[in-house]
Amino acid sequence: MSPNAYVVLSAILFSIGLLGFLIRRNVLIAFMSVELMLNSANLAMVAFSYANGTLLGQVGAFFVMVVAACEVVIGLAIIMIIFKTRRSASVDDQNQLKH
Amino acid sequence: MVSLLEIVIPVEATGLFSYAWLMIAIPLVVSAILLLGGKATDAWGHWLGVLGALGSFVVTAVLWIQMLGAPVDQRAVHVPMFDWISVGSLDLKAALLVDQLSILFALLVTGVGSLIFIYSVGYMAHDPNRRRFFAFLNLFIVAMLTLVLADNYALLFVGWEGVGLASYLLIGFWQERHSAALAAKKAFVVNRIGDLGLLLAMFTMVALFGSVNFTEVNQAASSAGSGWLTALGLFLLLAACGKSAQVPLQSWLLDAMEGPTPVSALIHAATMVTAGVYLVVRSHSIYELTAAASLAVCIVGVVTLLAGAWIGSTKDDIKKVLAGSTMSQIGYMMLAAGIGPAGGAFAIFHLFTHGFFKANMFLGAGSVMHAMNDDTDMRHFGALRKVMPWTFITFAIGYLAIIGIPPFAGFYSKDHIVVAAWERGWYFGVLAIVGAGITAFYMTRLMMMTFFGTKRWADGVHPHESPKIMVGPLVVLSIGAAVLGMILNNSIQHWLAPPTGGHPHDAALWEIPWQGWVTLLVVLVGVAIGYLMYRGEISFEQPHTTNPIVYIGRNDLLADKFNDAVFVRGGGKAAAGVAAVDDLLVDGGVRSTATLATSLGGALGKLENGYTRSYGLTMVIGVVVVGAVLILGRLA
Repeated sequence: MSPNAYVVLSAILFSIGLLGFLIRRNVLIAFMSVELMLNSANLAMVAFSYANGTLLGQVGAFFVMVVAACEVVIGLAIIMIIFKTRRSASVDDQNQLKH
Repeated sequence: MVSLLEIVIPVEATGLFSYAWLMIAIPLVVSAILLLGGKATDAWGHWLGVLGALGSFVVTAVLWIQMLGAPVDQRAVHVPMFDWISVGSLDLKAALLVDQLSILFALLVTGVGSLIFIYSVGYMAHDPNRRRFFAFLNLFIVAMLTLVLADNYALLFVGWEGVGLASYLLIGFWQERHSAALAAKKAFVVNRIGDLGLLLAMFTMVALFGSVNFTEVNQAASSAGSGWLTALGLFLLLAACGKSAQVPLQSWLLDAMEGPTPVSALIHAATMVTAGVYLVVRSHSIYELTAAASLAVCIVGVVTLLAGAWIGSTKDDIKKVLAGSTMSQIGYMMLAAGIGPAGGAFAIFHLFTHGFFKANMFLGAGSVMHAMNDDTDMRHFGALRKVMPWTFITFAIGYLAIIGIPPFAGFYSKDHIVVAAWERGWYFGVLAIVGAGITAFYMTRLMMMTFFGTKRWADGVHPHESPKIMVGPLVVLSIGAAVLGMILNNSIQHWLAPPTGGHPHDAALWEIPWQGWVTLLVVLVGVAIGYLMYRGEISFEQPHTTNPIVYIGRNDLLADKFNDAVFVRGGGKAAAGVAAVDDLLVDGGVRSTATLATSLGGALGKLENGYTRSYGLTMVIGVVVVGAVLILGRLA
């Protein structure tokens, strides 16, 4: 089986995630875009792993999933708190950290 | 040239000699007690101070007697104390060298020192800080003995700096007087210049010989190149000039008279200022190998002996006359030391007799000042001979000794130097004889203005003879000034032959060479001129002068003006120039670096706009760039 289709799909998903992260204002959408990029990377790793006949890439994908799960927990909590205090879910409103 | 056989290898200390460190330890302990004990020791501190010097004198005398009994080749004794500095190939041990030269010096320091200590008990009786005074005096004895007993230049340097410190503390003893504080500072600073010479000399020795030990340097000296030896000789001469107030570093000694008079007698006449002569005599094997450096020593000596006499002839302050005279007499010693092995023993001989008669006269001047309410201007004295008979008689003996009237001490010691100088070169001989004539003139002037003539006392001054405790030391010192020349005339050459490398020739007591007769004649002429000029009325105020010779003499040969113009102002300009360069190049460089960093930071700061999306974009661009570099790197 050729991994080409999977790699192309992964690239498409990554581009969608990247563009979503850069363009969308909603915090939750931006957050989901980040997750999308992570998973597109997972897909690429699994595809290459399969093509090479080793398990390293698949193990790596599991690690990414675990880290992503943790990240989601913390990230959502932060978003919740920011929303509670600032009544806003827009990324552009959270611009106090600047020079 | 020095053959190896002439260099004395000291024997290891046995018996009493292994306790030689007691000479230094006793005054050190006393000084520590007086300084740490504070006011609790005020009541008896001065007597403890006297005991410190006396104790050290007793130890020295015992060792001297022991040395007298030893055979000649056993007289130089090496007394190890402790390992001091051990770095790489340099292994420095703190050890004492007790030989004929150092024991003589130690006897002078502790003997004359003890007498001056006793005198000071009376002289400083009304000073609230008498205890501190005695603590410093003991500190001086410690440092001076370290200087003369050290067996290497490094330990000598410790003593050298120690006497400089003690001198500083004691010149500025009355620190409430602004002039005293300034004089102390001046002495300290000028001495530093001399210390630079000693440091350079030690560095050179370590580089050339790998050692600063006297014996090892003496042994190795002939292996060094003549250029290096001349440099070494000149470095040591610079050190000697600083400590012994020789031209061109003489300007501090006259100001040093701000200190209490016993200090002037002990430090600035009898002992410390002669340390330069000791250094030159101790390093004789270096000077014997370099004609240029020893000629420089002779020239410095001759110039100083005339310069000091010039200053002495014009001053009205009794202590400054004596200070000029000290400079002048040390000039004689330097001249003798520069002549080489023939003169070394005579330099020490004159140093020893000078220690007695000059200390005697300084203490006599102190006694006069004591009577005249601390006035030092000789124009306010006059006719003190009847009021202060003891001071007068003892002072007169010192006077006869310094101008060199036989059989007083100065005659013998100076006579030898004049003869040796004549043999070195007739011009040195002539100048030494002229110096003797001027010495006779200014000392006669001092005697006439102080003890003879009419009363010119200020109102409310009632002179009286000093207490017994001050007169006693004067009597002892004047006996020394009277008889020491006769006693030592012949024996001192034989005694000092091993450490100075000289070859003694017998000197008969009553046989005066023709140079001696000429000197005596010139001296009598000097006395006559002094008598004729100062037998009449002397004005109470110093008259204004247009005579350049008098003017220059009164202003210390314009040394202060010269130093101020050349070193202070010239140095200030040089420093300002360096500061400008520093400001432009170094600081300019630093400042532009700082400006660069701030402006770069300001520009980069604009990227921090707070928008998550723009940070994300930056990251993406970064990743793309890194990826591109990696891929292109692969391809290339």
